[in-house]
Amino acid sequence: MALLLKGGRVIDPEVGLDAVCDVLIRDGVIVEIGTDLKMAKGETVDCAEKIVLPGLVDAHTHLREPGQEYKETIASGTRAAAHGGFTAVCAMPNTDPVCDTGSKVRFIVERAADAGVVRVHPIGAVTKGQKGEGLAEIGDMLGEGAVAFSDDGHPIASAGMTRVAMDYLKGFGATLISHAEEAELSGGGVVNEGVVSTRLGLPGWPSAAEEVMVARDIQLAELTGCRLHLAHLSTARSVELVREAKARGIAVTCEVTPHHLFLDEDGLLGYDTNLKMNPPLRTAEDRAALIEALVDGTVDCIATDHAPHAPHEKELEFELAPFGTTGLETALSLVNTHLVATEKLSWADVARLMAHGPRAALGLPPVTLEAGTTADITIVDPEARVEVTREWFYSNSCNSAFLGNKLLGKASDVLIGGYFALRNGKVVE
Amino acid sequence: MLSCKHIMTMDDLTPEDIVTILDTADSFKEVNERRIKKLPTLRGRTVVNLFLEPSTRTRTSFEIAAKRLSADGLNFTASASATVKGESLRDTAATLSAMACDLVVVRHKYAGAPQMLAECMDAHIVNGGDGVNQHPTQALLDLFTMREKLGHLEGLTVGIVGDICHSRVAGSLVPALRKVGARPIIIAPKTLMPARPDILGAEVAYSLDEVLPELDVAYMLRVQFERAAQMPFPSNREYARFYGMNAARLGAAKPGMIVMHPGPMNRGVEISSDVADSPRSHVLDQVNAGVAVRMAVMYLLLGGADSGAAA
Repeated sequence: MALLLKGGRVIDPEVGLDAVCDVLIRDGVIVEIGTDLKMAKGETVDCAEKIVLPGLVDAHTHLREPGQEYKETIASGTRAAAHGGFTAVCAMPNTDPVCDTGSKVRFIVERAADAGVVRVHPIGAVTKGQKGEGLAEIGDMLGEGAVAFSDDGHPIASAGMTRVAMDYLKGFGATLISHAEEAELSGGGVVNEGVVSTRLGLPGWPSAAEEVMVARDIQLAELTGCRLHLAHLSTARSVELVREAKARGIAVTCEVTPHHLFLDEDGLLGYDTNLKMNPPLRTAEDRAALIEALVDGTVDCIATDHAPHAPHEKELEFELAPFGTTGLETALSLVNTHLVATEKLSWADVARLMAHGPRAALGLPPVTLEAGTTADITIVDPEARVEVTREWFYSNSCNSAFLGNKLLGKASDVLIGGYFALRNGKVVE
Repeated sequence: MLSCKHIMTMDDLTPEDIVTILDTADSFKEVNERRIKKLPTLRGRTVVNLFLEPSTRTRTSFEIAAKRLSADGLNFTASASATVKGESLRDTAATLSAMACDLVVVRHKYAGAPQMLAECMDAHIVNGGDGVNQHPTQALLDLFTMREKLGHLEGLTVGIVGDICHSRVAGSLVPALRKVGARPIIIAPKTLMPARPDILGAEVAYSLDEVLPELDVAYMLRVQFERAAQMPFPSNREYARFYGMNAARLGAAKPGMIVMHPGPMNRGVEISSDVADSPRSHVLDQVNAGVAVRMAVMYLLLGGADSGAAA
């Protein structure tokens, strides 16, 4: 089967490409990129006025299956991913049971092949049951398709345990993903410690609880040589620590989320639990520092931390509601609305932050727009108008911090191995 | 009449509302001194005390206030309610709403519970204490007591001493004092201060003895040991030495300075027994004022003069 993407602006900074041209795909592989391409037989997709990017990947997704299928399933979560323009997601291991053995990784891989519409890369737990006590079967999980390792949401309190994990991961060339939170310092906090915690009478989660763990894990990365990826950084000082570490040549990468980029604690006037995040929304100054770090290359990727929850869980007292917002379906539109349309970032930066950066950080196979590579492609209509409503989501959950937003730009098509997962804005069944 | 439908935080009330409440409470206080302490004012109106955190003083005070105004009052407490069966606060609110309650007093372990009720009920909501956030009727009865004992509120310097970060009383009293033109100073060890005391609008002091001579009111807070994750000071003895009100400190203060406490008191920690039982302590006057102030709040929210016979 042949497919011709006609007349789009094709952008891939990895291969130095930014031009209005055609992409010819045959049997799931890009065979030629150039102008005025012709094919004897096949389907032509008009990409005029559209942006053609290497397939986007989300480095931080909670698919909730197995165990919490009422929030999300591999089927619904991958549809949400396709709707948001992603060709792949990295699935966090805090399922029930925790993804901490090869057989549990295999379940996700098989389930994704069976029911998913985008690629799913499982992330394994670092320690058994994410309890921070003994190593999980990391080699076994790698053998079954796990890509990186994290005790996300249950940060390893013990520096000694973390060191052992990083030494062990180093031997496999695998990345440790750290959710940087010193639990005794954040202890029960639900909003940023400061103005909002004082005004709303809610327990505070201070910036320092993140920063001391960022500093600790950077030092352990230097000690062990293990690749470290810092998840969802939220403070100015955290990205400064990463900037310093990178300058010293330490193998550290980091991500920021759309909600930490585009929302801050000033939005928390009431007790809207859709704005309850871990780490919490920080100050306007932190937000500005995160955007600066995106632009200067300190931040490697924008990741969603897509965290679906059911209404009965979120519609509780603020302190009782779970942390998190969904994010797969809004990330690209938010990035375009707030960063590309305002000329803070280019589309090449978007490719860097949402396609190449996350793959390099987690050690995934690269996806580029050049002849001979697999056709994992995201096509964006930068002028599409989006209104974020409950009905608009493909996700099983609608706990979005961006409900009601009117956004600019949306993925129109997603190709995975040359097949459409999203076509004209609709998920292909 | 008040400018607001609910009293969830002190932000709901204007300075004029506060004066209206205190003046109305004045007339109800007189009723409370009669032999027959009952008015027909809220006959036929239903007041629910939704107490989802243990409370005896506040619940009793609201209950007596409702009864003295002839409202049909009922208590819905955590142990007796469906909440122990796992019902959500929203469903509890919807259930009470379906029973057509006119006013709900809510006490809850978590901040923001009154706002949640207000979102899903038609009834007037009065915050009877939400987590460590606010307790506005306590602040109102404190203002009432200060005005009664000192004759005015404007220009008073009020030292609020102790466990500020765990205190919903301080959370409401500081903005209440600001609204009436008084000068709040919060005084505590740093471990008992909120993250940003400056945004509350109070001056901050770490030494009680330094500011003691300026105070017209020393408002002592109970140390809420049950809410602190780590012991916030080395010992009760050391706390009492630096932050406790005792006879020596009373002697060093202005002769007219009064001592207040929202109760229950930890005698020997934030207040010594001789001070607690001295004529300069107005702890029981605060309790007494509480009934009148809560009567005023219910009366004014449920329609004021339009609701029936005035006091």
